[in-house]
Formats: sequence, structure tokens, C-alpha cells
Amino acid sequence: MSSKVRSVRATPLGWVIWAVVVFFFVNLAGVVFSVLVSSFGTKWFDTWLPSGFTTQWYGDAWREFTLFHVVVVTLLVSALVVVLSVLIGAPAAYVLARKNFPGKRLVYMTFLLPILMPPITYGIPLATVLYKFGFAGHLSGVVLANLVPSVPFVILTMTPFIEQVDPRIEDAARMLGAGTRSVFLKILAPLLVPGLLASGILVLVRTVGMFELTFLTAGPDSQTLVVALYYSMSAAGIRAQQSVDAMAVIYTAMMLVLLVVALRFVNPTQLVARVKEEPSE
Amino acid sequence: MSATWQHRLAERGVDRRLWLLLPATIFVLLLFVYPFLYGLTLSFQPMDGGGLLANYDKFFSDAYQRDTIATTLKIALPAALLNVLAAVPIAFRLRGRFRGKRLLTTILVVPITLGTVLTAQGLLNYLGPTGWFNRLLLNLQIVDNPIRLTNNYWGVFFSLVITGFPFAFLLVLSYLSGIDPTLERAAATLGASRAQRFRRITLPLLAPGLATTFLLTFVLAFSVFPSAVLVGNPAGSTRVISLAAYQAAYEQYDYAYASAIAMVMGAVELVVVAVVLLWRSRLYTGSTGGKG
Repeated sequence: MSSKVRSVRATPLGWVIWAVVVFFFVNLAGVVFSVLVSSFGTKWFDTWLPSGFTTQWYGDAWREFTLFHVVVVTLLVSALVVVLSVLIGAPAAYVLARKNFPGKRLVYMTFLLPILMPPITYGIPLATVLYKFGFAGHLSGVVLANLVPSVPFVILTMTPFIEQVDPRIEDAARMLGAGTRSVFLKILAPLLVPGLLASGILVLVRTVGMFELTFLTAGPDSQTLVVALYYSMSAAGIRAQQSVDAMAVIYTAMMLVLLVVALRFVNPTQLVARVKEEPSE
Repeated sequence: MSATWQHRLAERGVDRRLWLLLPATIFVLLLFVYPFLYGLTLSFQPMDGGGLLANYDKFFSDAYQRDTIATTLKIALPAALLNVLAAVPIAFRLRGRFRGKRLLTTILVVPITLGTVLTAQGLLNYLGPTGWFNRLLLNLQIVDNPIRLTNNYWGVFFSLVITGFPFAFLLVLSYLSGIDPTLERAAATLGASRAQRFRRITLPLLAPGLATTFLLTFVLAFSVFPSAVLVGNPAGSTRVISLAAYQAAYEQYDYAYASAIAMVMGAVELVVVAVVLLWRSRLYTGSTGGKG
């Protein structure tokens, strides 16, 4: 294979695959656009398009669901989860990437389990415990619950980044008399900025989208956008369907902004393996 | 004396830097291990009295509850399998460098942002009896009556494919990019055909990654809960086990019973994880050129 930038090759099997992909995306576009159209539509019964268009549903959704408050809560929860999970997870990732010690496999498995278990399994006992100690129903409970899968996630995504930093750089700094603190702050932290950004942004996207744990631990004042959306949709009949659509569009717009920001910093193909890119031309 | 003792520990890797592990360890013990054990003991203390296993007995003797396990597996396994299998050929076409790669990858990943509710609303609008999909089929006279694709098994299945596929695709693409392309080139110079290269070189190297991807997608699909309610038939064909657990906890306020269901759910899930990991351990686990 030449190292030149090539165009998409098409074999017979290739055509079939692309046809399936296109079919999938045409239907997906239908799914998305039907919500978008509905959120701007007036009455829409048995026709191709609604009988008229309006933006009133967005105003309605904003007022009825106190969306400002909900968005503030969502951002606050996500920011706290990101900061705390990086502070707790990054040092652990450092130890796991650099050192061998007795019991390492056990520690590693324990950190991995929360990612391998469905959130509901540990979420229900966790919520019970958080209620017992008075955390659940408040912002603090939501943040604590969301940390459970986030800290392991930071550990998992940070480890390959740390492994890429040559340990000799640290040794050199130590030889020149730097203490652990300054090795961390002056040498490692700057080198690990890409890894920190990557895991932070991914945790942010995950937390904004995390339904189960927030749903189990949130009180009326500590709902995030996904949970508020779920309630507004499952309590069907009370709200106009279009204002739920409008709210879903707002949520997706917010996630889209986060994803675009994320993709600027994180090459999605380098999440689990260090990629040996073919040389650029 | 104590100096040698410290020295010997340091040789085995125990030194002061291990303290960095402390916050994460305390955290995982307090917020994961303790609640889990708490839930486990609670599940053996039935609210209505009875023996240690009364909650488990109650769950397994009630067909309406017991069947949630099969229902969940029937939705989660095919959805996870389809997502992983569909991701392989697409990721295979998208590796390497070519024009428009970034755009294509972005388009494939964007569905991650949709969220359960927009997906659910969209499926109801689009695939519903008066939605665009059925309207088109009726107008083209492919069907006489609208086909039912929502508020049943298919609605939940589609929503799992929409939310799960981008995730599976991203993981498979990144495992695939981790395979050193020189290996395939070497095989090509030795005369291996395209199909042979895929079967003998790429697939074996990719298989462990596929197993991991399957597991993570399966975890997502197994805990399906909001979409089972919103686009499914939560009283019947899509009454999944997480719904049973939720109802026990927040509708009957029987946390002991809910914990028991959560434990059953965890056990079933771990059995699948164990089977996949066992199968994976029999595969090639060496370096894939990148970090395998």
C-alpha cells in the first residue's frame, strides 16, 4: 500500500457495505429530522409535514421545565465530576502505569468492575446507602454516584498516556534534585495535558449523558437534563409532545457542542491503542 | 535493619509512591465495594421476613419476574452482537488515511449525542403508524397496513442499535488502527490474497479487541431501561430486569428485594462477561504492534 492519501476503494462487497451504511443513516436522519420538524411544528397529524411552523415550543419548554435551572445543575454536576474524578483517578493511573507491586491485579480488577457492571446493579444499593447518609436527593449525592464509573474511566484512559512518557525524564529531574511534588507539577503535568484533556472531556460527555445513576439519586432540585427529559416524556399527556421534542433538541445541541469540542482535542481512534499512523505525505 | 526491610519492599515495588493510589482506593471502597456488599447483605434480609433466600425465592418463583432475565438477554445479546459485527467491515474500510476520513468518522460518531429521549421521540415519530417510514411504504404500496415497529421489541432494539453502534464503531476502529499495517504488507508480499490477509492476520489480532468491544456494548445494552419504557412495551415484551429492580425499589419501596434483583442482574451479567473473557483468553493476546 502506498503512503499516499488514497480515496475510498470500492469492491463489490464494499458497495454492499456502503449501501447498508447509507440505508442506516437515511433512516437515522429520518428519526432525527422528525423530532426537529415536530419541535417547530404546530399541528401534525396524518400528513407529511405539520400544518404550520412556530418557535413557541422552545419558549414553552424553557419556562415549563425550568430549563435554565436544569442546565445549570447539569453543568455544575458535570464540572464537579470531571474535576474530582481527574484528581482522584490520575494519581492512581500513574501508579498503575509505572509500577509493579503485589496485589496489582486485584487493585486493577476492582477499579475495572464499575465499568463492567450495568449502572443499575450497583446504582440501587449505592442510592440506598446515599439515602441512609443523607446525600441522595441533593447535588452531592448525584455527584458522588456519577463519580463511581468516572474515576475508573479516567484511570483507564490516562494509563496509556502515562505509559508514553519516558520514565527517564522523571529520573533525570530527580537526579537534578527535584522532589516528587515538583516532578509532578513541573514535568509530568505539562506532558500529560493531552491525556488529562482527553479523559476530562470524555468524562464530561459521559456525565451529561448518564441517565441511570442520576435518575436513582436525584431529588427534584438536582435533576440533570437527561433525567428531566425522561420525566417529561414518561409523564406523557400532561405536556405537549412538541415541547418535549424541543427539549430533546436542546439536549442534543448541547451534547453536539461538547462532542465537537472533544473531537478537537481527542483523536477518537487513539482511545484504546497507540496508533501507528502511516507516514503522512 | 529497618533500612534493609524498606529496601527489600522497594525492590518488590512497594515504596512511597504507592500512596498516590490511596485516594482512588478509598473512593472505590467507599462508593463501590461497600454499597455493593451492603446491597448483598440487605438482599438476604427480606422485608416481609422469611429465610435468608426469601427474596431470591420470590424472584425465581414468580414467572413475571423470572422472565425478565430472558427478555433482557433476548434484547441485549443480539443488539450488542449486531453492533460489533456491523462495526468491523465499516471500521475496516475507514482505517488508514484517505480524503474525508475525519468527516466520515464524525458522522458515524454523532449519534452518541442524540440521547435516549431524542432517539425515543424520533423512533415514535418516524417509525410510528403515521410516521414518514410507514407513509412511504404505504405510498409505494409495499404494505397495505402500517407495520408496527414501536412500542414493542423492535423499538427498543432500534434504539439500542442507534446508541450502541457509534460506540462499538469507535472502539473497533481504534483497535483496528492499533494493528501494525506492516504485518499485512508483509503477508501481501508473500502472496496472501485480501481475504487470506483478513482471516489469517487481521482477524486474529483484532479478536481480543472485538471481545472487549462486545463486552462494553453488552453492558450498555444489558442495562437498557429508559428506552425499554419509552419505545418499548414495559409491561410485556420489553419488561427488562432493570425495570423490575427499579419498580421494587421506587414503587414498592422494598429495597431488600430490589437489591436481590440487582444482585441477580449483576450475576447474569458477570456470567456473560466471564464466558466472553474465557473465550478471549484462548485467543492470541500478544502485541498488536501498538499497545495491545
